[in-house]
Amino acid sequence: MTPILEMRSIVKEFPGVKALDGVTFDLFAGEFHALVGENGAGKSTLMKILSGVYPYGTYGGDIIVEGGVRHFKTVRDAESAGIAIIFQELSLIKELTVAENIFLGREPSKFGVINWLELYTKAGKLLKDLNLPINPKTPVGNLGVGSQQLVEIAKALSQNARILVLDEPTAALTEAEVETLFGILRDLKDRGVGMIYISHKLGEVFEMSDRITVLRDGRTVGTNEAKDLSVAKVIALMVGREVGDIFPLSRHEFGETVLEIKNLTAFEAETNKKLVDNVSFNVRKGEVLGISGLMGAGRSELLMAIFGAHPGRATGEISVEGKRVSISNPSEAIKNGIGFVTEDRKRFGLILEQTILDNMTLAGLKQISGAFVTHRARESVAARKSMTDLHVKAGSPLTVAGTLSGGNQQKVVLGKWLLTNPKVLFLDEPTRGIDVGAKQEIYANINELAKQGLAIVMVSSELPEVIGLSDRILVLHEGKLTGEFTRTEATPERVMAAATGNN
Amino acid sequence: MTEQVKESRFKLPTSALRAYTMIAALALIWMFFHYATAQNTPAFSDIGSHLGNFFSFEWIREGIFLSSRNLSNLMLQTSVTGIIAVGMLMVIVAGQIDLSVGSVLGFAGAVAAIALTSWEFGLPAALLAAIIIGAFIGLAQGALTAYLNIPAFIVTLGGLLAWRGAVKAITKSETIPIADPIFKSIGQSYIAPQLGWILAGAGVLFVLAVAFRRAQTQKTYELGEVNYAGEMLKALPSVAAILIFIYVMNSYAGIPIPVLIFLAVALLGVFITNFTTFGRYLYAIGGNADAARLSGINNKLNILKVFVLLGALTGLASLIFTARVGSASPDAGTLKELDAIAACVIGGASLVGGRGTIFGACLGALIMASLDNGMSLLNVRDFMQDIIKGLILVAAVGLDMFGKKSS
Repeated sequence: MTPILEMRSIVKEFPGVKALDGVTFDLFAGEFHALVGENGAGKSTLMKILSGVYPYGTYGGDIIVEGGVRHFKTVRDAESAGIAIIFQELSLIKELTVAENIFLGREPSKFGVINWLELYTKAGKLLKDLNLPINPKTPVGNLGVGSQQLVEIAKALSQNARILVLDEPTAALTEAEVETLFGILRDLKDRGVGMIYISHKLGEVFEMSDRITVLRDGRTVGTNEAKDLSVAKVIALMVGREVGDIFPLSRHEFGETVLEIKNLTAFEAETNKKLVDNVSFNVRKGEVLGISGLMGAGRSELLMAIFGAHPGRATGEISVEGKRVSISNPSEAIKNGIGFVTEDRKRFGLILEQTILDNMTLAGLKQISGAFVTHRARESVAARKSMTDLHVKAGSPLTVAGTLSGGNQQKVVLGKWLLTNPKVLFLDEPTRGIDVGAKQEIYANINELAKQGLAIVMVSSELPEVIGLSDRILVLHEGKLTGEFTRTEATPERVMAAATGNN
Repeated sequence: MTEQVKESRFKLPTSALRAYTMIAALALIWMFFHYATAQNTPAFSDIGSHLGNFFSFEWIREGIFLSSRNLSNLMLQTSVTGIIAVGMLMVIVAGQIDLSVGSVLGFAGAVAAIALTSWEFGLPAALLAAIIIGAFIGLAQGALTAYLNIPAFIVTLGGLLAWRGAVKAITKSETIPIADPIFKSIGQSYIAPQLGWILAGAGVLFVLAVAFRRAQTQKTYELGEVNYAGEMLKALPSVAAILIFIYVMNSYAGIPIPVLIFLAVALLGVFITNFTTFGRYLYAIGGNADAARLSGINNKLNILKVFVLLGALTGLASLIFTARVGSASPDAGTLKELDAIAACVIGGASLVGGRGTIFGACLGALIMASLDNGMSLLNVRDFMQDIIKGLILVAAVGLDMFGKKSS
């Protein structure tokens, strides 16, 4: 039997980063094939290549569908070859009805006039075939997340998809919804649809899969029959890389506790769901505290809540240097000596069209420059010093931030927060999307800052990074603290087990 | 790294490039109108005779547009729009918009006129009332925008309608004449030429002092080589501009009071946008609201403040407008919001926020007024004037976008 899909030696490079390095993957009709790996291992990139999001020509290697090499230039090309992807973030339009969403862009029509009768009849039949008790005339926004997921699947099947990719489909589902979903997936399997299933939930993976492929650092570590594997084996394959010596080893002397958090709980703004559930921890002078966990475990929300920037309700006690403080907005957090290098520097960290100088002095402007009238010379001196200390490579402080490389942009954000004279510094994914050389420089910066007595709390999805840099590691799983390890206790396996709730 | 240093030495920053382009555009417009308003200039259709006529250079002497009288008039026409454009620029930089300023101008002017004539407020109180009313309207609309998250476009579109209605209500749809000579003088009188020269002297000294201080700060903070001569040289164009400006104004009747107020407001705007934390925060909020908020900036409060500032400036502009016309009328200030927004946009401001300069907005206001003034001198029909202004606005922004894309 030949596979319906083969991906051979797929290579994909982003500026400075090799995201995929010769990945090979195949799928048979009626097969359920799980794709697992750490965050950043390359799963999503691989699927974006398969679905034409990254068009032919921007990657190396071959995609072979049903025996023929395909060159997908657009998502449409991939769809017409029978490939459908259901992404983590749903791509439905909430205001439109279920039927309108299913046939979006392919409405049955003559001369641009939509045949509504045909559209709703077809949609109704499709939903009935899938045994979905959903009215095709319901606006999608009125459905729960679980039902929306099923509508996505119906949409994929309406395009005669024979290859269905599911990216973390159960992340937002209740157990009952998961069961419904799995029932439908089994049904599809019997009809000969091949499925690629991406999930961090290894229990589900083992429940459903025929085969499991593990990706690590953009390479295929192995493809095995599920029955030959175990959860422990898969975790070992996922994290099995050497924690190399790109982490400059340094021993810090810890001082007194700088920040203490007690019983912090943060709720989602609209649903009142607990995103962070009763978390307590402290961090000392000169200590690097790593926070690990999978995507959606509540790590960023934890930091945001402490910083006074969480949009929902948050409760708990915060003490800085032994004193209870109340923080309701970032300005108060800064006043209390907390700095926050947020994740996604382009969205939350930088004003891309402004200069390095303007970006660097923004958070500490009133201290550096003056409460009302600014003092450019003093700002310039501060920015220059920061650029030298952090080794920012740019022509001058007047270089526009948007023109810098990722690593240098990150250093500018770091510099911005150091210029507020923080006692404790939060780092959220400090090295995401930057190349290895720049990563190493950021690591050196972090170590140097800790040595100078700064308390550092670092969230990172990269396991080696957390383990290599942290003096102590906290692990979150679904908002709860599920593990705490010292530097000597922490192994990738133990951290990953706690992060997946399997400890 | 050395490559980048080299590059920055030879490449003009885009903001400076935009400023030069605009000055060049203004010069072209002025030259065109001056040529066209000369007596001997042939009809436009007579293309063949233009060449010889142009190179006879008689039009330079004969043209009306660049006469001191008309330039004085042009500056007067610029001042009301210019004052509002200064406030509007800051609102636009913060990523907001205010469509209500035309109606607010009418309302505040009417309040001042009625306070003076019917309520017997006394002149200072009546003048102050207009500014306070403007600021208060800014406060209300700013609060709805910043704290209730109603988009500024909607809030001020409502304001555009509502305040126009309010003007009609308090004026009973009738024109209220102003009799008070002091009030009228705000819009109609000139500063004595001697005083003008004194102001020019003060201006020149100020420019030189700023240049000197910049060089000195560079020395104190060790920011590169200190070059006193170089700094002074850079101040020369400004000095020349001040002297020429005063000379031209004095050749007619002296600096008009509205122009003086406009210049003061523009200077204030330059100071706020370049040298205050508030100004920096406006650019940050417009450039990336999330990053600004996470850097500890109180976005809502700053947005509120900028609306209050624009409201107060609109109140001030209403006094000049009312005084110039000599009466408060129910349709005073109609479409002024569009002039002010167009001035900002022609001046390089981005409606998305984060980008724009006071200098650009003022130049934009001057370009808009030049088109009005020049086309009126040429007796271009009213409807054609509107069509041409509309086309130029779109073309200016189109060119800007084109330039950005290709760079």
